[in-house]
Amino acid sequence: MAIEFGYTISKPRAIDIDRNNLRKSDEILREMPELQTCIGCGSCTAVCTAGNLTSFNFRRVHTLVRRGEYRGAYEEMNKCMLCGKCRLVCPRGINTRGVVLLLKRKLGDF
Amino acid sequence: MKKVIVIGGGAAGMQAALRLRARGVEPLVVERETETGGKLRGWHVLFPSFTPAGELLSELRRRVRESGIEVLTGATVTAIAPRRVTLSDGRCLACDAVVLATGFTLFDARIKEEYGYGIYDNVVTSADLERMFAQGRVAKADGTAPRRIAFLHCVGSRDEKVCQQHCSRVCCITGVKQAMELRRMFPAADVFNFYMDMRMFGPGYEELYREAQQRCNIHFVRGRISEASPTIDGRLQIKAEDTLTGRPLRMSVDMLVLLVGMRANDDNAALAASAGLARSASGFMAPRDLFLGRVSAPVEGIFYAGTVTAPKTLGETLDEATAAADAAAEYLKA
Repeated sequence: MAIEFGYTISKPRAIDIDRNNLRKSDEILREMPELQTCIGCGSCTAVCTAGNLTSFNFRRVHTLVRRGEYRGAYEEMNKCMLCGKCRLVCPRGINTRGVVLLLKRKLGDF
Repeated sequence: MKKVIVIGGGAAGMQAALRLRARGVEPLVVERETETGGKLRGWHVLFPSFTPAGELLSELRRRVRESGIEVLTGATVTAIAPRRVTLSDGRCLACDAVVLATGFTLFDARIKEEYGYGIYDNVVTSADLERMFAQGRVAKADGTAPRRIAFLHCVGSRDEKVCQQHCSRVCCITGVKQAMELRRMFPAADVFNFYMDMRMFGPGYEELYREAQQRCNIHFVRGRISEASPTIDGRLQIKAEDTLTGRPLRMSVDMLVLLVGMRANDDNAALAASAGLARSASGFMAPRDLFLGRVSAPVEGIFYAGTVTAPKTLGETLDEATAAADAAAEYLKA
């Protein structure tokens, strides 16, 4: 059993672009450059079936992935039910459903 | 022939003078510098079309020259009245109306000390970058090519801490334009734009923004950089919040470009006082009416053209100069 010292150490919350490996993110954006046109409006999250019932936030997760923060993204994407409503509302015409599938394909290792 | 003194020989002043001449009025352009052109002289290419600024400038100058418009250079105006303009050397010039086209002042980035302009190498302003583009060479202080570049929007705009609460309008699209130019110049470099809002209000602006995102792979991060500091290897460490993910973000960059805003000229206060004119809260001249009197001062016989009343694009400035000249010509007919 671990000894309880009465305190914990928090990991830094900052996104450190210097440390993050952006190779995976570049690979994803090369396959779907339209993802970069996101204007962060949140329409996808507003209509999201999964997001209404769980903490799933598609906009936030794909933004994190673009910054090289892959941890947990795959598991998050598993919450998506692929209903496709986000794709119907995206004002930039991003194939959001395709993004979910792409992230799942690329980020299975993380 | 009626005579109108146009104060300022930039884009607005030259266009107003040309229109006055076309309307049968005799314009006299009074310019503080030794040549006409104003801020246009320092620009390389213009948004959103990447038109060389020199083309527009030389065309305006050519028209002014061919119209035989009299230009008085090296003359600073200290006081105005509808029928008289006083210069700093004490001379008084008589006229029948005045068009004030004195433009704006670029925000001095040194005031935002936390970004290190004038302190660290490789922190430059959008105006500096434009000069580098014009010279055909953009490089770090040590002469090498930057690999990662960050742009910061809203430097000296929308910032109560430096008494500039207004939006300068043109910096958003300038940031997009310059980011695209840098990507073209350094295809291997990563470019990040830190923005508060992207205000793509003009024709073709949103299209250019989208092109910058999708085709040029420029990264847009919503959040204001809080500070820049030097790293041990001579780069710059910047910090911000990535507000779309709700997490602090930091990175080192080779070059930080500050998109400096437009502020009101310091001498607006003295000019306004000399003629009994009003200024807006941001220090720019307040027009007679925001809808029906946009190019007129509250005092009869004084007209405004261009950025003396608020930040504007070049297209808007040129349109307004035409409108101001028309208003002046109509006033002189009455």
